[in-house]
Amino acid sequence: MSWLDRLRGRPLPRETAKQRLQVILVHDRSNLSPGLLEVIKDEIIAVLSRHVPIIAEEVRVTVTQDARECRLVADIPLGNRHSRS
Amino acid sequence: MSAQVITVTSGKGGVGKTTVTANVGMALALAGRKVVCVDADIGLRNLDVVLGLENRIVYDIVHVVEGRCRTRQALIRDKRVPTLHLMPAAQSRDKSAVKPEDMVRICEELRPEFDYILIDSAAGIEEGFRTALAPADLILLVTNPEVSAVRDADRVIGLVEAMGKPVPKLIVNRLKLDMVRRGDMLDTSDVLEILAIELLGVIPEDEQVIVATNRGMPVVLEERSPAGQAFRAIARRLMGEPVPMFPSEDGQGILGWLRRLVRSGGGR
Repeated sequence: MSWLDRLRGRPLPRETAKQRLQVILVHDRSNLSPGLLEVIKDEIIAVLSRHVPIIAEEVRVTVTQDARECRLVADIPLGNRHSRS
Repeated sequence: MSAQVITVTSGKGGVGKTTVTANVGMALALAGRKVVCVDADIGLRNLDVVLGLENRIVYDIVHVVEGRCRTRQALIRDKRVPTLHLMPAAQSRDKSAVKPEDMVRICEELRPEFDYILIDSAAGIEEGFRTALAPADLILLVTNPEVSAVRDADRVIGLVEAMGKPVPKLIVNRLKLDMVRRGDMLDTSDVLEILAIELLGVIPEDEQVIVATNRGMPVVLEERSPAGQAFRAIARRLMGEPVPMFPSEDGQGILGWLRRLVRSGGGR
């Protein structure tokens, strides 16, 4: 019942369906499963850590898309010892 | 005269390809165009049943491919709408019986005599899919506003692109306006935003479609059916008429009519 969902502050089935589809299609189109993205992330962390200090737990590797074009985006916060002490 | 070849396809099965082919074909024929509907779903033929022509089949597309009859002999003319013709699929064979080059050759032979050749493709993305798409000038992609159907439609868009064919145009079938209003179903705008292709038409859910199929009388023959009106609108768009997709909120046309109907009946 959607009005019950509303009362409980849950997203509407329509919104949930759209969000799920968007995530599913990003992975379908790019041929990158969520599991594979985790593997890629770990390897990026391993390689970069040899050269620069990074904050491993805050690294995000995602696939984004613009119309039908997919893009692999890695957001890697650098660990700066001086400012983060 | 050289026909435009229009292939009706989908990713997921059961979304209404055959219903769309039969009704758009008949709507074009009712508008005076010469139309042939080709059933490319070899082994699972159904277009004959939806059109109510199942009792008149003598030869089918596999007979044509194997040279056992002439192309014209396999065409069944609809007595209700004499500009509508059907080339039935074979029921006892499998999809490999018709190759993409066969479909191209048959369409080349039919092109000079018709305005539109509508091909009802098989579900799925295997060999039969390529056969149905091979001669297409225009591809109509049918989906329902559901997660699984939209996901599979997206896959088809990618495959069509890889085949070097034109980007399909979208038909959203079986939209339940009351569910959309409640936020229980994906709306056309959601599907469009996700698939990012051009919309050709929206068919509202309509019980008359099942009644029509039971009778073998496509729903476009029902003047007042909302789905029938939506199919006629699609046919007019294919003929180049500018038919508004979404009449202003609660405005003219079938959607406005449906909105008013839902509102008066829903009492919400």
